[in-house]
Amino acid sequence: MSENKSNISWLNSFLIETGELAYFTGRFFKEVFRRPFEFKEFLKQCYNVGNKSLLLVGITGFIIGLVFTLQSRPKMMELGAESWLPSMVSISIIREIGPIITALICAGKIGSGIGAELGSMRVTEQIDAMEVSGTNPFKYLVVTRILATTFMIPLLVIMGDAIALFGSFLIENIKGDVSFTLYFNEVFNSLDFSDFTPSTIKTFFFGFAIGLVGCYKGYYTKHGTAGVGVSANSAVVEASIVLFIIDFVAVLIADIFYSV
Amino acid sequence: MTSNINNKNAVIVIRDLHKRFGNNHVLDGFNMDLYEGETLVIMGKSGSGKSVMIKCLIGLESHDSGTINIMGMDMDKVDEIELDELRTEVGFLFQGSALYDSMTVRENLEFPLRRHTKKFGEIGDGTPLVMEALHNVGLEHTIDLMPEELSGGMKRRIALARTLILKPKIILYDEPTTGLDPITSKEIVVLMKSIQEKYKTSSIVITHDVDCARFISNRMILLVDGINYAEGTFSELDASEDPKVRAFFKS
Repeated sequence: MSENKSNISWLNSFLIETGELAYFTGRFFKEVFRRPFEFKEFLKQCYNVGNKSLLLVGITGFIIGLVFTLQSRPKMMELGAESWLPSMVSISIIREIGPIITALICAGKIGSGIGAELGSMRVTEQIDAMEVSGTNPFKYLVVTRILATTFMIPLLVIMGDAIALFGSFLIENIKGDVSFTLYFNEVFNSLDFSDFTPSTIKTFFFGFAIGLVGCYKGYYTKHGTAGVGVSANSAVVEASIVLFIIDFVAVLIADIFYSV
Repeated sequence: MTSNINNKNAVIVIRDLHKRFGNNHVLDGFNMDLYEGETLVIMGKSGSGKSVMIKCLIGLESHDSGTINIMGMDMDKVDEIELDELRTEVGFLFQGSALYDSMTVRENLEFPLRRHTKKFGEIGDGTPLVMEALHNVGLEHTIDLMPEELSGGMKRRIALARTLILKPKIILYDEPTTGLDPITSKEIVVLMKSIQEKYKTSSIVITHDVDCARFISNRMILLVDGINYAEGTFSELDASEDPKVRAFFKS
């Protein structure tokens, strides 16, 4: 009986949160086209999202490229398919590993940062102060951050992919004496637009989801400073789940359009 | 809805205001008038609905029923643009100062200024206006500091300067002395009084600081169980024999 009750209450809060998130999304689309446009704040947020995540995304991409190649190489050699390694690594990284890993890292770094920042602004009444001074805090804080993540995450993914491929090249160069030109010729010969386009398009949705969930969690923070931690944490968890759902849907759609 | 006393017009009129959270009736038919140039102190126990009332007044909380009229505008009927314009006429000093902690003092003060071009025109260099506001609170030297570098009392003064920079006709103070030591509290209250005299603003001060109420109030309301239980000047209420009123002045 009590288990039933707790299931119903969980379902209830899930449905309420889904509804609130849908309303929040609707409000974003309503506000994004209305004047005044907070262009300066948008650029500042782009800088925050892009520049501050650059190092982390770069290091992670580099290590993924290294490790992926190191671990695949022995098996490929065993099968006599060593020359396919650049193609295999590049397709895996461009199509799937690069976008999802970069997005997950950004959900952790940027999503939690946005959740904590807006959350602390909420509990210290800074958002209320903005509102009473006649500024629309949703437009100033939320719209600019969601737009910034939507446009910057794809750039971070492209950069992360490039660094991962460079990491992979280094291993090939060290272990197999493969030149830079040969390696990247192999990479670009094996890639076409059907690899690059869908995976890039989905990164815009990844960016949107990270910004949206982070802002939603932060903007509606309750229960004082303890609530700020909860918001930051749940922004990461929920954004990560949403990212996998978007990834799954994107792969299904890409499969329809690009399947031969 | 208009009301006047001693030939002064009411700038805020609240009638039969109700607000509840679940089964908790925080405001249960609250009435209030604030007249031009007066300082009205509202006292009540913690949780008596003082802050909720003031947030309903400025539109940060919605009320369940009743009417709020600010400078002739019915708060239930104003649209978003009218509300934003009205908010430039009504300053609000938050209990925790609510300075934007990612901005310097200068940016904190310029922030509202640059958003109200209709009232102030395009502001090129905001420094003179910022300096004037800081001069009013005696903190010109803090202009390039971050909020984290300021003491609690300084933050409260900067928040007051930020409120003043929009040159509001009405200022709402939500527990302006809470969390401050007695000396700093006294300084803030003196500052509030001098600002009221200089700019002839009308003010509502939410507090449970009796010394603050004695010094600054023209009139007081005691908020008990969601209604204005008693009303009068400080000395009238101080002389009251009503046990509920006495409880405030004994503490």
